[in-house]
Amino acid sequence: MNEPAPLTEAVALRRARPNFGWGLGLVVPVGLAIGWELLVGAGLVNGRLLPPPSKVFVTLLHLAAKGELATHIWATLVRVALGFLFGVLSGTLIGALAGYSSWARRLLDPMLQALRAIPSIAWVPLFILWFGIFETSKVILIAVGVFFPIYLALSGAIRSVDRKLVEVGRIFRFSAGEMVWRILLPAILPSYVIALRAGLGLGWMFVVAAEFMGASEGLGFLLVDGQMTGQAQTVMASIVVFAILGKFTDWLLSAGTDRFLGWQDSFKPNL
Amino acid sequence: MLEISGLAKRYPNGHLALSGIELAVPPGEILGVVGGSGCGKSTLLRLVAGLEAPTEGFVAINGVRVDRPRPEIGFVFQEPRLMPWLTIDQNVSFGIRHLPKAERQSRVGEALARVGLADFAGHWPRELSGGMAQRVALARALVGRPQVLLLDEPFSALDALTRTDLQEHLLDLWAYDRPTMLLVTHDIEEALALSDRIAVMEPAPGRLRVTVHPPLPRPRDRVSLEFQEWKQHLLTELHHSLRASRQGDERFPAAAI
Ligand SMILES: Nc1ncnc2c1ncn2[C@@H]1O[C@H](COP(=O)(O)OP(=O)(O)O)[C@@H](O)[C@H]1O
Ligand SMILES: [Mg+2]
Repeated sequence: MNEPAPLTEAVALRRARPNFGWGLGLVVPVGLAIGWELLVGAGLVNGRLLPPPSKVFVTLLHLAAKGELATHIWATLVRVALGFLFGVLSGTLIGALAGYSSWARRLLDPMLQALRAIPSIAWVPLFILWFGIFETSKVILIAVGVFFPIYLALSGAIRSVDRKLVEVGRIFRFSAGEMVWRILLPAILPSYVIALRAGLGLGWMFVVAAEFMGASEGLGFLLVDGQMTGQAQTVMASIVVFAILGKFTDWLLSAGTDRFLGWQDSFKPNL
Repeated sequence: MLEISGLAKRYPNGHLALSGIELAVPPGEILGVVGGSGCGKSTLLRLVAGLEAPTEGFVAINGVRVDRPRPEIGFVFQEPRLMPWLTIDQNVSFGIRHLPKAERQSRVGEALARVGLADFAGHWPRELSGGMAQRVALARALVGRPQVLLLDEPFSALDALTRTDLQEHLLDLWAYDRPTMLLVTHDIEEALALSDRIAVMEPAPGRLRVTVHPPLPRPRDRVSLEFQEWKQHLLTELHHSLRASRQGDERFPAAAI
């Protein structure tokens, strides 16, 4: 290959440019934290209502030392995991059905769209009446939150699979199973992964709502507890843990699915 | 032997796209099909491929009715239609997935070498130019060694230079196994450069107008006087075909040029 020289140079330049990677994402939050710390230290901001990062950190260490932090994290993680699991399973099943069969779609979609219009938190009183205030109602609430983005994305993605590619499968006499496995599944995977991530995000949102409705452990409980006892640093500490866990599980999900999506011809900005 | 008898197609919306098509294509013949857009060329190929069911008449290959896609029939679409999530070699092996792995690999390697893309086996479709992608589509259609290859305006989306190049390349590929080819095109020069016989279609409903058998020597010399005369002749036929059925001003025979 003899590419013209200027082009090769440009490529080399782009490669040589320093790549800060994920470190770049830390600049703004760390800067804000330092500024905040300094403001409180200088007495310009009320440290009781706006506890500085150092105090939040100490609170976290304290909770961790007592073993409480692990208990709360575990309780919340289990709820999110179960709710996510059931939400994904039902969303996938019904979404696939509504995408694949227009009969099922006509039967189910209007009802599901109507249900979707209900703010999910509005279900809370009913779920408590039906399932009690313990784990079942919490997990179901989370599952409901996870269900909708998955259902919507999957049924939509199946219906928008390129007819032209399906026709190639027909020319090669694919069975129904091969059609699903070799064409439909790979074609919908990108939107499905995005839906999974959106669903997971909603799962984290709904676990807080679920734990607000009465829990004796969990990060959401820690939030309420901090508010009741007037300890802003406890509230902040649990918010920080939520942020870390949410980000980490999302990363896990996208890292786990990335290798299936390397083929995508999408916009990849450099730097 | 490919046999088309009394073939008609009415789409569910009531539109009569084809009617009374009679054709017999001997093995190894290259039959060009030309006609303005909307005169049923794609419909004809889809019926021959078994992608659509005829309303009347039938298509038979070696005496067997075609009522669904068959292994002895290959298809090349106007667009490459490669699976973007499969590498080039995986795309090509799509058509011979039932073969044992070793044979599959050697056949795919051979098919890619024939279209001059052996070095691109592990690449993604997004990394290829339009012409290269269409060559992969040719390799995918030919790797199963079909007896009949159907091509629906396979080069019409390419630039003129690439198009001429691929037309010559198609003849080289044909020479290996000599499949029967039905080449649909709206480019008269393409039809003349490649075909043994050329069927001219007319629209509303789609019918065969004439079938001509230009006695031009191969390889075809596109600048020869004879070639130009045939081109003129076919152009006139096409004009007549479109005028005969033109009902309003919008049916302009732009596709013939
Ligand atoms: N699926 C379909 N349903 C209804 N009408 C169709 C369909 N496909 C094609 N047609 C109509 O049939 C006619 C022939 O179409 P087509 O075979 O695609 O023509 P060509 O390939 O020669 O341009 C056109 O008038 C087109 O509108
Ligand atoms: Mg067409």
